[in-house]
Amino acid sequence: MEQFAPVKRSKDGQPVRYLIVDDSVFARKNLARMIESFGGQLAAEAGDGLTAISEFERTHPDIVLMDITMPQMEGIEAAEKIVQAHPEARVVMVSSVGYQENIVAALQRGARHFVQKPVKPEVLYEVIKYVLGEDGAVTSTAGAGA
Amino acid sequence: MKMDLIQPFINAADAVLSQGLQGATKVGNLSMEEAAYRRKGVAGMVALTGDIEGRIVLDLEPQTAVRVASHYAGAELPESDALIKETIFELANQVVGNAVSALNDQGFHFRVHPPVLVTSEEGDKTSEDVEALMICFETSLGCVYMNVALRYNKRRMSDHAVAGR
Repeated sequence: MEQFAPVKRSKDGQPVRYLIVDDSVFARKNLARMIESFGGQLAAEAGDGLTAISEFERTHPDIVLMDITMPQMEGIEAAEKIVQAHPEARVVMVSSVGYQENIVAALQRGARHFVQKPVKPEVLYEVIKYVLGEDGAVTSTAGAGA
Repeated sequence: MKMDLIQPFINAADAVLSQGLQGATKVGNLSMEEAAYRRKGVAGMVALTGDIEGRIVLDLEPQTAVRVASHYAGAELPESDALIKETIFELANQVVGNAVSALNDQGFHFRVHPPVLVTSEEGDKTSEDVEALMICFETSLGCVYMNVALRYNKRRMSDHAVAGR
């Protein structure tokens, strides 16, 4: 997989920590490989919305990558609950169901962005940088943290 | 089955496969399936309910499924690996999700159900109002078959028409 200039946390220069939420093991592995190529670190994984909430509380990641269609609790509801409890949380929805109603609903309920599957690494990378804003810094150390 | 209903699924499969397998795909043989559906290998089925109802099956011969899953995993997988099934499920999900997104923007509403593994050798026979179309996508790793059986939900469509008056 292509390597990207590592994106670190501005405050301490540490790797950005991610919570990946998807009921598909395949999708989680795929996203984990992408964030590794961005110099990020996997804080935790979850296969449903309920587990996502508890994993967020446990690990306090910098970014949550959240699927929509999942068992027990769907992603939009989980995103809303996380953002209600932690308004600073950065949740990016990652779903193959990318119609306008879904995107609007996700954004209205607290998600910061939406990426449609199949995920292009270069698109996700740009979204991550955008969502982190000043809290993220692109470093020039090739391969650092990757 | 109308082609305007099928086309978004063909476009979505073409896009998902060509992006994921990093090579051009070619839409090969298209055929109507009048007899019962016969599974070819590892098959994942996604059901749809709503304005349009039916199901989509993504079906790969066992060796093709291993090659495709290994490509995505970035490592050679054994035929027994659970990730092979997961890969086919996720591909089916992505195809249906992308097609449904296009159809939803045209005003159709659906519920997409989680993928299930097709285990029986032979599926249900198609009926007059639910014909199945089998499309073969030729990829560099082998043929990926998509079997689409959909119909308009006439009751839901007439409800929309009444509401829209």
